[in-house]
Amino acid sequence: MSSSSAAVRYRSTTNACKLCTPLGACLAFSGIEGAVPFLHGSQGCSTYIRRYLISHFSEPMDIASSSFGESATVFGGGENLKLGLDNVTAKYAPQLIGVATTGLTETIGDDVPRYVREYTLERGTEGGPHIVSVSTPSYAGTHAEGFHAAVRAVVAALAEGGETGDHVNLLPGLLSPADLRYLKAAAAAFGLPEVMLPDYSQTLDGPSVAEYHKIPEGGTPIGGIQSMGCARATLEMQFVGEGEATAGELLKTAFGVPNYQVGLPIGIRQTDRLFAALEEISGRPTPHDYQLERGRAIDAYVDGHKYVFGKRAIVYGEEDLVIGLTSLLAEIGVEPVLCASGGESGHFAERIAAVAPELPSNPQIAEGADFYEIAQAAEELRPDLLIGHSKGYGIARKLEAPLIRVGFPIHDRLGGQQLLHVGYAGAHELFLRIANAVIEHKQGSSSVGYSYM
Amino acid sequence: MTEILAARADQVHRKGASPFTMSCDKESLAGAVSQRACVFCGSRVVLYPIADALHLVHGPIGCAVYTWDIRGALSSGPQLHRLSFSTDLRERDIIFGGEAALRDSLTELIARHQPKAAFVYATCIIGVIGDDVEAVCREVSEAAGIPVVPVKSEGFRGTKKDGYYAACSALMRIVGTADTAGISPHSVNILGDFNLAGEVWIIRNYLERMGVEVVANITGDGRVTDVARAHGAALNLVQCSGSTIHLARMLQDKYGTPFKQVSYFGIDDMAASLYEVAAFFNDPQITAATAQVVREEVDAIYPQILEYRKALTGKAAAIYVGGAFKAISLVRALRLLGMRTVLVGSQTGNTDDYRLLHELCDEGTIIVDDSNPLELSSFLQEQAVDLFIGGVKERPIAYKLGVGFCDHNHERKEPLEGFVGMLNFAREVHASVMSPVWKLTPRRASQPARALEEER
Repeated sequence: MSSSSAAVRYRSTTNACKLCTPLGACLAFSGIEGAVPFLHGSQGCSTYIRRYLISHFSEPMDIASSSFGESATVFGGGENLKLGLDNVTAKYAPQLIGVATTGLTETIGDDVPRYVREYTLERGTEGGPHIVSVSTPSYAGTHAEGFHAAVRAVVAALAEGGETGDHVNLLPGLLSPADLRYLKAAAAAFGLPEVMLPDYSQTLDGPSVAEYHKIPEGGTPIGGIQSMGCARATLEMQFVGEGEATAGELLKTAFGVPNYQVGLPIGIRQTDRLFAALEEISGRPTPHDYQLERGRAIDAYVDGHKYVFGKRAIVYGEEDLVIGLTSLLAEIGVEPVLCASGGESGHFAERIAAVAPELPSNPQIAEGADFYEIAQAAEELRPDLLIGHSKGYGIARKLEAPLIRVGFPIHDRLGGQQLLHVGYAGAHELFLRIANAVIEHKQGSSSVGYSYM
Repeated sequence: MTEILAARADQVHRKGASPFTMSCDKESLAGAVSQRACVFCGSRVVLYPIADALHLVHGPIGCAVYTWDIRGALSSGPQLHRLSFSTDLRERDIIFGGEAALRDSLTELIARHQPKAAFVYATCIIGVIGDDVEAVCREVSEAAGIPVVPVKSEGFRGTKKDGYYAACSALMRIVGTADTAGISPHSVNILGDFNLAGEVWIIRNYLERMGVEVVANITGDGRVTDVARAHGAALNLVQCSGSTIHLARMLQDKYGTPFKQVSYFGIDDMAASLYEVAAFFNDPQITAATAQVVREEVDAIYPQILEYRKALTGKAAAIYVGGAFKAISLVRALRLLGMRTVLVGSQTGNTDDYRLLHELCDEGTIIVDDSNPLELSSFLQEQAVDLFIGGVKERPIAYKLGVGFCDHNHERKEPLEGFVGMLNFAREVHASVMSPVWKLTPRRASQPARALEEER
């Protein structure tokens, strides 16, 4: 369903600018050490989501399914779920099975938490895997909500209190493996041991191997998740979740862990928020290397500012990513003319205004948008560039405008998992990609074919 | 073999280890991480390439968005099939029913795109909340004046094969609704070819050079009007037997049209298929033209094939694809390239398919139905293969282990059918197997003897 302040409302959705909640949950579960994501639903949900994730990450992505048939649909899927858990345990020897529901099992009213409790009692999981379930009906929310719901469910199920340790919790949101590596390194540079949830920096971006690992190596250790209740602080990186019952807020309420909500650290200013929080938590100044990195990013902004100034951009994707990118665009002088997302958190417009107060005019905001609506707006707006994932390619092609590929999914280029968005280095990289896209576009459409800027 | 769940033991066979038996056509085992999809997927892949129809997925957003423009099914005209339409049901619709959403979405989209027909795919939830999809379709069809056809593709109602059946049933509601005047007695329908990378155009070209008219491509580069006239063809050629054999049977039952199962992969199967068509029409002109087509086409590619064969002889391959019929052709095509198949399997094969594979393959070959990543990875390591042929979900298993991979899925951008397709296939196999990158991967680097042998 499309809706926005500007466009006509349509009942149908064409080329959605969102994915379903179970996908987000699977992505989050895949960043836990020894974990197997498990979808309680039909076989297709698991297979489609695997395909979609594999096409971006180019890594094995096993998602189990309770493989619903007619009888499970009529009589309930408890037996399928339990058999599935048995089989996954036998084959993968996982440390954790993350069970996400689907539209089907929510609609028939399967009580998955009860099944899981029964299973745990019947089979006795002493030494067996932790089983965490999350409710992710595909008819409510997007993959972003599914992702955060799964993170919260894992924290709710596993985190324990205790004496406050030295470590800090990182809740990075839906970012790339390269982003996750950057955040871990940044925490380490402040001398802060971290527990990052989820951490698919290696599980979904691993090396070539001689022996196949049933579950890819890496991921947040279970022990680390258990210790999240006694961390010295949580750094929660999201915009639209602020004020909601997030995993970070849960840790604060249940265990008194201070929660620093900093937004996605995209662009210099949003990264400054993250680093200010790291300084406060660690009691140390930003390490010299990062000050240099910040300085270089600003130096690059200066070198290239003319090429991007006043360029008009359409930004689309998950709400958090779009808000972060809008902040970056505003600080480099690009004018976002349309910020669009399939998400409908209700906070999109207000958070965009908050992160980009200097914009000369407010961009059009499209919540719950699909690509039909974005394409229509693009025809009118005639932007100079598009910033978003691969699925906007058709619009960019039609407009003959460059598409700067960011976020997820990147299905038409290699290396989506290695794109860096966050931190000073991410700001630097994004700026160069945007500026070079503008330069390349001008060079390509020039009749002269000059080789000098 | 520690990787096979006990409940799946009868879905794996090793040639020579015991007399041939194979259990298949079973629902996937819960928790086994099947590579299969669902009923919806089966229906969606069959109907997807009909380019002037509206394909509306009725349900929450996932099913529609994961099937948006994911196939390489080309159209020579309209591109409507490449858009992803959904009723994008929300909680409110689940509670109060999705019929209004369906009616409004259909009406809106038909007005916007003026399609020649609309297919409405019912997804899991629809089967539970009890929407009367049939009634809504009938109502909109009457108002819009085009066929609006429900496809009963709720994911849980069986396997992908049941989705094929639902798609064929949907097609039968369009077949027979247009005039067949002027169709040649020497005419065929091409069934089960989806025009990936333009493959239907290659096959049509051969048939037209033979003097055979093609009435309808079902469904590659498909058009509603062609499907509506399909009952006028003299013969149905069925490729990818799993997906459209039902349609061929329905056409035979209702209109008496005979059908032949064919394969366009590999020189042998391609030539045999054309000769079968010629034999069916038993017309001297067609027979002579067919021989000429085969001769010209084979002459054009054979010298290059032999070059590739020199490099590839003795290499070992593994195959895991959707349909077993394709697997059979691939075993033959690989043999032409001098390669052995040491593992072959499919998501949806039947006992006859697997028996044929068993006869075709060498001793020791593993034959497997409805496999999963752990089995496949363990077979790959055990059999030391040089090449794995499969789809998107199999690719990372091969790559992670440093094994060459050839994509035989529906996203492909190079045609693999026909004689020219065999050359493309050989080129891709060659590039996959002979790339120097494998020498750097840990699996090969830890096998110095073998690496040395390959240097020579």
